[in-house]
Amino acid sequence: MTEDVFKALADPTRRRILDELVERDGQTLFEICGRLVTKHGLGLSRQAISQHLAVLEAAGLVVTRRQGRYKFHDLNTRPLELIVTRWLRPDPPEGTS
Amino acid sequence: MRIHLSSVFVDDQEQALRFYTDVLGFAKKTEVPLGDDRWLTVVSPEDPDGTELLLEPSGHPAVQPYKTALVQDGIPATSFAVDDVHAEFGRLRERGVRFTQEPLEMGPVTTAVFDDTCGNLIQIVHSE
Repeated sequence: MTEDVFKALADPTRRRILDELVERDGQTLFEICGRLVTKHGLGLSRQAISQHLAVLEAAGLVVTRRQGRYKFHDLNTRPLELIVTRWLRPDPPEGTS
Repeated sequence: MRIHLSSVFVDDQEQALRFYTDVLGFAKKTEVPLGDDRWLTVVSPEDPDGTELLLEPSGHPAVQPYKTALVQDGIPATSFAVDDVHAEFGRLRERGVRFTQEPLEMGPVTTAVFDDTCGNLIQIVHSE
């Protein structure tokens, strides 16, 4: 799981997606695409952004929520807390590799 | 060449007519009976001879999967110009309209996206 977090964070587009979700949780794919192109000049296809979101979701950094007919994406910072705890607050040792 | 007509697929034409006129504020322009359905268009009262919006019945089997997939990802079926997205957001939300994207400033434009209660998302936009 921690490996997935580092892999997810290694990509600048995925870091931008997280930056935008900090600003407002509960975004649709359409909103995320619009933010990336207008605020960051990242003119990627919706399919490409979907794939980035899937990587973030696999790492637990993004959680999707189906509400009625809509699908929203929320930021989840818990995997980052595990990383911070591991080095900045090393006791007791975490069981993660 | 000019854009004379644009269309949205609506699940229920009567409900759509009420929403597009009573809630959004468009005016009915044309109504022609076609069996169980109608050729039903609305226009903006600000531009009664301008582009018409056709409220097209969504009975064709291809339409529901198309609409469902768009709505899930928050993709609007069409876009309407307003003077002030923030003001429209406030007005429509007070009337119970559900937004999937709250007002968002994107460089020179501000947008928001709401549910038209007939199976579509609609974007509103203004430019600075």
